[in-house]
Amino acid sequence: MDMFSNLYDGFAIAITWQNLLLALVGCFLGTIIGALPGLGPSNGVAILIPLAFSLGLGPTPAMILLTSVYYGAMYGGRISSILLNIPGDEPAMMTCLDGYPMARKGLAGEALSLSGIASFVGAFLATWGLIFLAPQLVQFALLFGPAEYFALFALAFATLGGVSSTNQAKSAFAAMLGLGLAMIGVDQQTGTPRLTFGDVHLYDGIDFLVAIVGLFALSEVFIFLEHRHGKADADDTAVKVGRLTPSWATLKTCTPSILRSSCLGFLAGVLPGAGASLGSFISYTVEKRLVDRDGTFGTGDPRGVAAPEAGNNAAAGGALVPMLALGVPGSGTTAVLLAVLLSLNITPGPLLFNHNPDVVWGLIAALFIANFVLLALNIPLVGLFTRVLMVPPRILMPFVAMVSFVGIYGISGSAFDLQMMVGFGILGWVLRKLDVPLVPIILGTLLGNMMENNLRRAISISNGDWWVLIQSPLAIGLWIVAIVGFVLPIFVGRLVKARMRSRAPASEWAADEAPADRP
Amino acid sequence: MSDRIFGAVGVLLAVFYGWAALQTEESFLSDIVGPKAFPLIIASILGLSSLIIFAFPDAKPKWPSLPRLVELFAAVVVLMLYAEFLDEAGFVFATALAATYLSWRLGSPPVQAVIAGVAIAVSIYVVFHLVLGLSLARGPFGF
Repeated sequence: MDMFSNLYDGFAIAITWQNLLLALVGCFLGTIIGALPGLGPSNGVAILIPLAFSLGLGPTPAMILLTSVYYGAMYGGRISSILLNIPGDEPAMMTCLDGYPMARKGLAGEALSLSGIASFVGAFLATWGLIFLAPQLVQFALLFGPAEYFALFALAFATLGGVSSTNQAKSAFAAMLGLGLAMIGVDQQTGTPRLTFGDVHLYDGIDFLVAIVGLFALSEVFIFLEHRHGKADADDTAVKVGRLTPSWATLKTCTPSILRSSCLGFLAGVLPGAGASLGSFISYTVEKRLVDRDGTFGTGDPRGVAAPEAGNNAAAGGALVPMLALGVPGSGTTAVLLAVLLSLNITPGPLLFNHNPDVVWGLIAALFIANFVLLALNIPLVGLFTRVLMVPPRILMPFVAMVSFVGIYGISGSAFDLQMMVGFGILGWVLRKLDVPLVPIILGTLLGNMMENNLRRAISISNGDWWVLIQSPLAIGLWIVAIVGFVLPIFVGRLVKARMRSRAPASEWAADEAPADRP
Repeated sequence: MSDRIFGAVGVLLAVFYGWAALQTEESFLSDIVGPKAFPLIIASILGLSSLIIFAFPDAKPKWPSLPRLVELFAAVVVLMLYAEFLDEAGFVFATALAATYLSWRLGSPPVQAVIAGVAIAVSIYVVFHLVLGLSLARGPFGF
């Protein structure tokens, strides 16, 4: 079959010493980043992009490194959930519910290895899902003209706020802020400078990497400074790992849960907007309904650890489907990965599969490799990663800040860009305080120019008739989904979010308030 | 109250953005849509969403106390100065200073903060410059 020969070629590309080494390094770093409270997949990948870029890696190796970090962070998030009851990143929140009680019973090692296996199965199945689903979506996307693309971008913005934001006005504000930033610079079609106020620095536009690193990484540093949260979350006595293998009996009872959760998580990941957090939430809730006959969920049931982990890792794979096939990311981290491709001059979307099959299939092969590497890293070496939790933020956060500067300096070498990055850091801090989601801003700066070009092309083709945007049935369908996706969360999202929060343990969301109420 | 101010600032921003977009000089080679239309659409949605934020504010966020705000402001000043003088001072020197400051403000005792700052600067220099070959600010001493 065509697909398998493509996959074979992909492995031929991915299996070189350099790429294997990058996958290993990426998985290792990713697991650490995921495990540390306060650093999640999106800011982890954000810090590393400029580095991968200024190291002069080609497209395929760069993507291999960064997706390994992405998958690794999804694995790593569970470690601090289980050991400390503090989610290492937002999707790992549900893992706290049964993971921490298991650790309290002295079963931390079993919980860690079981969730490692669940993560592996989830991510493995999702990667197969990606292989089967993405090409189908590409066939569909080849029917798109400029008007349909414009509608698709609108859909992405409308649904991205989705479940993760409580206030749709604020996610619309964020999206417009991002699009507005993208407009700054010389207009590509007419060559006139726009919104630059005569400042030569702005003629090239604002580099989205500057915005990403500032908004995601530096604002995190400011949050920690605000609370002067400098102590380590773990101390030596708290971490007792115990036996590192799950018993066969446990594994057997968990297998159906893992398989069901993988499918659910994958579907949640493919849908734009919610990504991995929704994947783990849905998986946990459904499993609780289905198999929790004795009310053991929440008291350290292994199935309650396996389900959300399989779910969130499957969602991580699922979120890559719309990103690769349509060029429209389904989650915050895939938005950041999209930034990588764009800065390497590769435009994701249906044509990527025809023009750069080496990138696509090399990446998919790399996902399989990363998965096996992660399984190997996470079962025997998990003790090593638990040590990482002892690094106090008063050392870690200055390091994160300085690495962010190094990355941006490596790309542009200009003090102006560095200062703009600090500016974005403050902006990110203020917006987080006001509960404005940051991901639409990033997506806006990334997609703004493409969105505008499609709009202008569509209207030029129709000789100035703006109605062309809603003429084809396909475009109308996309607009309807966009509108429903924007309006529905106003009613449903509040409910889901409230339930996610009330189910979550007393400790807070790593992404926005992690250090808030601890000494 | 925070959201009311935020909404009001958003409306002002939208008006300013719309005004700035109108200042764009049209070239005679322009396409049908031109360079102004899309920014104007952005400005109007920006204004609309700001009005909604103004009209239906969320619960008040927890703002830090004044000393904490001063703390943040000081950190921003330090990072701005770092960016400004990085090229003159050289990477290792400037980074050690900035990292020391941040580590101190995050609660390290002064001596430990200095050790942490120097260690961070040197380790980044070794890993990224010596091992990986990334170009860093050179400064007067070459590092």
